[in-house]
Amino acid sequence: MTLNFGPQHPAAHGVLRLVLEMDGEVIERADPHIGLLHRATEKLAESKPFNQSIGYMDRLDYVSMMCNEHAYVLAIERLLGVTPPVRAQYIRVMFDEITRVLNHLMWLGAHGLDIGAMTVFLYCFREREDLMDCYEAVSGTRMHATYYRPGGVYRDLPDRMPQYQVTKWRSEKEAHALNQNRTGSMLDFIDDFVTRFPACVDEYETLLTDNRIWKQRTVDIGIVTPARALALGFTGPMLRGSGIAWDLRKKQPYEIYADLDFDIPVGVNGDCYDRYLVRIEEMRQSARLIKQCVNWLRANPGPVMIDDHKLTPPNRGDMKGDMESLIHHFKLFTEGYCVPAGEVYAAVEHPKGEFGIYLVSDGANKPYRLKARAPGFAHLSAMNEMVAGHMLADVVAVIGTMDVVFGEIDR
Amino acid sequence: MTDGKAQALIALLTQYLGDALCSHEFAYGELTIAVKPADVLNTAAILRDTPGLQFHQLSDLSGIDYSAYGRADWITQQATTSGFSRAVSRGHEQADPGRSTGRFAVVYQLLSTATNHRLRLKTYLAEEPPRVASVAEVWPCANWYEREAFDLFGILFEGHPDLRRILTDYGFIGHPFRKDFPLEGYVEVRYDSDKKRVVYQPVSIEPRILVPRVIRDDGRTPATKH
Repeated sequence: MTLNFGPQHPAAHGVLRLVLEMDGEVIERADPHIGLLHRATEKLAESKPFNQSIGYMDRLDYVSMMCNEHAYVLAIERLLGVTPPVRAQYIRVMFDEITRVLNHLMWLGAHGLDIGAMTVFLYCFREREDLMDCYEAVSGTRMHATYYRPGGVYRDLPDRMPQYQVTKWRSEKEAHALNQNRTGSMLDFIDDFVTRFPACVDEYETLLTDNRIWKQRTVDIGIVTPARALALGFTGPMLRGSGIAWDLRKKQPYEIYADLDFDIPVGVNGDCYDRYLVRIEEMRQSARLIKQCVNWLRANPGPVMIDDHKLTPPNRGDMKGDMESLIHHFKLFTEGYCVPAGEVYAAVEHPKGEFGIYLVSDGANKPYRLKARAPGFAHLSAMNEMVAGHMLADVVAVIGTMDVVFGEIDR
Repeated sequence: MTDGKAQALIALLTQYLGDALCSHEFAYGELTIAVKPADVLNTAAILRDTPGLQFHQLSDLSGIDYSAYGRADWITQQATTSGFSRAVSRGHEQADPGRSTGRFAVVYQLLSTATNHRLRLKTYLAEEPPRVASVAEVWPCANWYEREAFDLFGILFEGHPDLRRILTDYGFIGHPFRKDFPLEGYVEVRYDSDKKRVVYQPVSIEPRILVPRVIRDDGRTPATKH
């Protein structure tokens, strides 16, 4: 029997279309059809100056926005041969980890919802809301931040956290209660968040880790051996779930990850349950990393952008009185900057795995070729192998454990 | 990758690949080697299985169309008697492309978790249609990557188990990432309320260039070492 699953199915995580060949309820072959969200991001980037494509990167994996930007700006910086100020590097790492928590919360909620645990979804979105506020406070948008720029980050962290206002639907008492942890700076707010977050993770674990139904749905489902995981191009939690301690933050450290203290969780059996445990532990480790960044950022004020106005916009005030600054601003925003000819592959440890940007420049103000290496693409290509022999309901568990997001797979 | 590590890796590659190794380049802290299309499959197997190399993972595979390399919309380097060129006129060759090696290239990004090395393997394809052996036997994840390169560039991977389009629409014509394929495409779809279905029609978007492509040398020298 051939069964069509998706693209409009709530468990398809977007627009996955699966053509399943089945014997009764057992999957014999799964053929994922992708590309329904293909926007040719890579081709669009070829027709735009480098800086104008940063916003497109947010829209690749749209649940871990800043990590995508990170790989892109790293690639440009490597070609240009510039290093951002240390403070910018700490801010980037802090936001990478905030993004990781955001991503894993979204994954946990959706994965839980897919296989029958309603409550976790609501719990996860409660914490996501606070982190979204951090995105908004620093960049002005809750999702598509365009915050990382070649040479640093767009602006420094705000001194005060935006507060809830009294509205028709929110009384003064309620607003006051919501604003309790928003009275200080943004760093105070993040500090407060990472202090209470481990207890929230405990809450999720109370709901799931020893839950009989959860274990029935995930233990021994979609087992991948370590050797096979490498051959199939698995990275990130999918690889670590199979027991390979491979994490680019440790093995090929970028920014200031080498100075920070954190552990890499690994699984044993390589099934959906182990990958769940790995991601849960990653959230705890991310909280640890964020805490270290907050402490450093508090003690070390400084610039967050390099002072090269061929690459970064000049100060607004300077532009009023200084001809040179005005020219720099005009040239940067009309033509952009030219990047030396060459090619680089910049990879970061994205919440889903290795997200890489392969950038070829011929010396122009636009990329010659940009290729995004999306972790989900390699994971989804192993779909057939992971679900063959399983039941139809397990397909949903496997889609969930892969943490697929079609923005990055279809690009 | 440091310079020393790269030299050691180059020595190993020269030893095991022999004449198959056409060129190697170490730039921006990354090592790139090139082989002929006919040698790709052998090279892939050697790179994966040789102790000391052990590139067990293919991180990425992408096609490149080099046909517009170094072409700018606007000449910026030399002035003529009437001044610099103005406005957008297509097709100024500025940089020396330096490639007589073929229009297309396939680029394999390899990762060795055992030795913690990355390596970029390139092969230039001169034939039309471009052909190269599939490496799906060596690295199973190449299956989808090769389908993608076929879909977007029209590169044929010989011996691929199932070379279908992957990202574009069912029934799509052409290979959209080739440089001669316009950004706005050839067809668009809309819902036709008379026919009660979605119909295809020629694209109605006027092509325009918002920012001209220019190639300038602003004095930044390529940082070859990191």
